[in-house]
Amino acid sequence: MLTKRIIPCLDIKDGRTVKGVNFINLRDAGDPVELATKYAYQNADELVFLDISATEQKRKTLAELVLRIAAAIDIPFTVGGGISSIEDVSVLLKNGADKVSINSAAVKRPNLINEVATRFGNQCLVVAIDAKQINNDWKIHLVGGKEATKIDLFEWAREVENRGAGEILFTSMDHDGTKNGFANKALAKLSETVNIPIIASGGAGTIEHFTEVFKIGNADAALAASIFHYDEIDLFNLKKQLKTQHIAVRI
Amino acid sequence: MIAIIDYNVGNVKSLQFALERLGVKSILTNDYGLIKKSEKVIFPGQGAASTAMDKLKEVGLDKLIPNLKQPVLGICLGMQLLCDNTEEGDVDGLGIIKCNVIKFSDKLKVPQMGWNKVKKLRTRLFNKINEGDYMYLVHSYFVPTINETIGQSEYGLTYSVAVQKENFFGVQFHPEKSSSAGSQLLKNFLEL
Repeated sequence: MLTKRIIPCLDIKDGRTVKGVNFINLRDAGDPVELATKYAYQNADELVFLDISATEQKRKTLAELVLRIAAAIDIPFTVGGGISSIEDVSVLLKNGADKVSINSAAVKRPNLINEVATRFGNQCLVVAIDAKQINNDWKIHLVGGKEATKIDLFEWAREVENRGAGEILFTSMDHDGTKNGFANKALAKLSETVNIPIIASGGAGTIEHFTEVFKIGNADAALAASIFHYDEIDLFNLKKQLKTQHIAVRI
Repeated sequence: MIAIIDYNVGNVKSLQFALERLGVKSILTNDYGLIKKSEKVIFPGQGAASTAMDKLKEVGLDKLIPNLKQPVLGICLGMQLLCDNTEEGDVDGLGIIKCNVIKFSDKLKVPQMGWNKVKKLRTRLFNKINEGDYMYLVHSYFVPTINETIGQSEYGLTYSVAVQKENFFGVQFHPEKSSSAGSQLLKNFLEL
C-alpha cells in the first residue's frame, strides 16, 4: 500500500533556513543541509526547499545548495521559489533535485507547465498553489501571497493537471502559520477535483492535525515547517501516532 | 568501472551521489566502447518513453544495450524500456523482456508517488532487504507480474516492482532515493 507522506519544508533565504508567520517576520532556523540530513534520518518521506531570497546571485546560490543537498541525503526532494523558465528547471534537476515546484510563474504563463512536463516528465513537476478564502470562494494568490487574483482554486487545479502537473502543493494562506489545522474541506474537494497527488500545506500544529488532514482532507502528503524546525513535533513520534490511527506511513 | 548510460534524461546526479556514498566512482557516458567494456551498467530513465527511446536511437544505444553481457540495472523508465512495448505513447522498447507496460487505472491517483512496500523478493539483488521494506516510486505505468518478476508491490493491483532476465535487472523504484533499503540494493547490484 502506498503510504501517506510527511514532508518537512525548509524556506531558504541566501542559503540559510528561515521561518516566519504568514510569510513575514523571518527568523533564522539553521543550515539547510544539516536540517535536511536530520529529517532524512528521522524518516521524513520527502523534503521541500523553497527559496525566498531575492538577490541577483540567487540562482547560483540555490544551484550550489541543491548540489550539496543531493550529495548528503538519500530521499527525494523538491526545489521551488522563483522558478520561471525551462533553464531554471534544467539546472536544478541536473544538480540533483528530484522535482521542481512552480508557483507564480505558472499562473503568469501557464504554458510553462506544459513545457516542463513535456521536456522533463510530469513526475518532476509540482505546481504550488497559494489560496485564500474570500466570500466562500477560494482565490489564488501570487508572489508569496502578496498579490490577489480572481482565479478560482479548483478551476486552476484542474487546468494544471490537464497541462501536465504531476502533483499539487496547496497552501491555504488562511491556515498557514496559525497551527490550527489544515484546510481539510478545501483539500477533500481538491482530491475530488483532480486525479494527481495533493500535498497539504499550512496550519500544522499538532499530531491530530496530521490525522485529520489524511482522514478528512484526503491529502496524499502533508507539509509543515516550523513545528519540525523547532522540535515541537518529533517526526518519529508523529509517524508512530499516525500508525496507531491506522494511517499507512513508512516507519 | 560502473557506467551510467547518459542519454540526457532527468536526475542522474542523485544516482552518482548514491554510488559515491558506497565508495564507488561511476561515469556518465553514451560512449559505445566505454559502456561495452564497463563492469556494470546502470540504465536510468525519467520522463516520457518516446523521448527516451528517440534519444537512445540517436546514439545507437538501442542496439548496444540488448547485447550487453555484464549486469545491467534499469531504473524506473529504464526498467520499463527493457520491455517490448509501453502503452505510454505506444512506444516499442528494447524487447529484452517479453511483456507490455500498462497504465494504472484512472480510478487511482496517477502518478503513484511515494513510498510503497516491496514483497515476494527474489534473487541476490534483494540480499539483506526485508519483505515489506519501503522503496520510493514515481510512475504512471507498470510492468505486470510475469515470469521474470523478482519483486512485487501493490497499487490498485499487484505489479512487478523488479524484474530479471539473465544479466538484465530492472527496478521500478528509485534505489538512489530509497534511503537505506535503496542503498543496500545498489550495493547488492555492485556485488553481483
